[in-house]
Amino acid sequence: MKVLKLIFKNAMRHKLRTILTMLGLAVALLAFGLIRTVISSWYAGVEASAQNRLVVRSAVSLIQPLPLAYREQLKKVPGVKAVGSANWVGAYHGDPNNFFANFAVDEIYLEMYPELVVPPEQKEVYLRERNACIVGKKLADRFGWKLDQTVTLTGTIYYGEWEFVIRGIYTGGQPSTDETQFLMHWEYLNEKVREASPGQADNVGWYMLLIDNQTNPAAVSDAVDAMFKNSFAETKTETEGAFQQSFVSMSGAILAAMEAISFVVVFIVLLVLANTMAMTARERMAEYAVLKTLGFRPFHIISLIGGESLLIAMGGFVLGLSLMIYVCNGFATFLTSNLGNFFPVFELKNLTVFLAFLSALLVGLFAALFPAWRAVRMRIADGLHRVG
Amino acid sequence: MNIVEVRNVSKSYRRESLKIPVLENIDLNVPEGEFLALMGPSGSGKTTLLNLIAGIDRPDTGSIKVANDEVTQLSESQLAEWRSNHIGFIFQFYNLIPVLTAYENVELPLLLTKLSRQKREENVKIALNVVGLSDRLEHYPKQLSGGQQQRVAIARAIVTDPTLIVADEPTGDLDKTSATEILTLLERLNQEFKKSIIMVTHDQRAAEKAHTVRNLDKGELV
Repeated sequence: MKVLKLIFKNAMRHKLRTILTMLGLAVALLAFGLIRTVISSWYAGVEASAQNRLVVRSAVSLIQPLPLAYREQLKKVPGVKAVGSANWVGAYHGDPNNFFANFAVDEIYLEMYPELVVPPEQKEVYLRERNACIVGKKLADRFGWKLDQTVTLTGTIYYGEWEFVIRGIYTGGQPSTDETQFLMHWEYLNEKVREASPGQADNVGWYMLLIDNQTNPAAVSDAVDAMFKNSFAETKTETEGAFQQSFVSMSGAILAAMEAISFVVVFIVLLVLANTMAMTARERMAEYAVLKTLGFRPFHIISLIGGESLLIAMGGFVLGLSLMIYVCNGFATFLTSNLGNFFPVFELKNLTVFLAFLSALLVGLFAALFPAWRAVRMRIADGLHRVG
Repeated sequence: MNIVEVRNVSKSYRRESLKIPVLENIDLNVPEGEFLALMGPSGSGKTTLLNLIAGIDRPDTGSIKVANDEVTQLSESQLAEWRSNHIGFIFQFYNLIPVLTAYENVELPLLLTKLSRQKREENVKIALNVVGLSDRLEHYPKQLSGGQQQRVAIARAIVTDPTLIVADEPTGDLDKTSATEILTLLERLNQEFKKSIIMVTHDQRAAEKAHTVRNLDKGELV
């Protein structure tokens, strides 16, 4: 108890220095937390993906469609419980910069994605009406859309003005669920395409396969791809996670650089705290010598220096965490409104908080290492500065 | 009975490749209850000898017995424990911890003991009462005069009831009045509380308070 009191009093000896060091730590940890949150939000799609869902797409390219006729064949693959399909529509609302993910999906889609939570009465109306759509809550909030409102999208792949009535607003079943999607009926899209450009009709962008939990995804993937081998539309089948990862990996180098920067920030702050602790310990060498003279052991000295370093580091962490929570909430609101398609989920993860805590802890410990070693190694007579 | 027996002790320091002898073949006996003053010019080795007796430095050769313990044979850890049990230190510049009150400074050595909080409080108050600072328990060093700070340091030195008190220039940083008060206090500790004291000093007036005065010159007792 007395040692803790002395640690606290020591830390408060130079209030300005201690507070500035804590602030430095807090800002560094804020930067660390923000960078890691950006990275984790980039990976949100991968994290949200289910292990029992596979994606079947064209082996040539994602933009190459697959024949509608594949659906019945896919249903026969052992281990496959359900087959759904989707098309990327690529439309926008009002301004071309108002980009968001919009898909034409079949009726089974919502059953395959139970994490998209739609009230049953809304779902019923949506399934009944051809030009109905379901939108995510964040997307609805972004444009101020309400239930039963008619909205117009402008097509970039399927040209023209497309009118939809919002019949459902879904919320995420998990924190990592993307709430910025726009879902419409594939049948409706296909009808319109058939009228305007018959050659483009009866195709789907990709298939989703729901498989038994006991079934090996790799075996199903191999079976599907073998089934369409040497056909005019060969397939590439992979887990939903791998499918999402293929998008993320396009930015892999940038993300790796950001990750490296987040640790460089921690290293810089380690140097800052180490400098503070070295100065502090140097100023107090005579006091440590007195304590050793009185019979205090090396572990007491280590506790005093280490405790003070940890106290400053943890003070910085608490301050940094408060800033992190505040700033991340602000960023989440901003990003949802402005960059929701890139960062559909911007959430401070427990892992990020834990890593920030661990960083602060390690910074506190490492910063104390050298000063503690010096203080312990110091000869008492040298510390007292008196040799007669 | 001797409280301190120094036999054939030599000590030197190294400065780069140069070996600088500080003490050479020192023999010294200090009887129990003695008040010894060690005098000598700067660099004569008196503080070094005091440090060796107090177990905060080690001789190159020779033996040092304090209260029948062969100090030179103890490990660093044993020495630390031995110092906390047997030695009370008084320094020229008081060396109080500035962020602790007078009470807390005096309590410091007792934190290494198994005494209860109540017993510690009792001992601290007795020690501060002996040095006449019962009314300054909650004062920080910077709120005390030099003489008062040295009295707190003396209270810290006696609070564990040590076998031997070592004082290194205890009046060196004090004005004449304060110095006289400190010397009177040391004299009282010796006479009234039967404490053995070894004091290093430059001050002839301080030395006059001691029973015995020994002079060191160029590392030798004369």
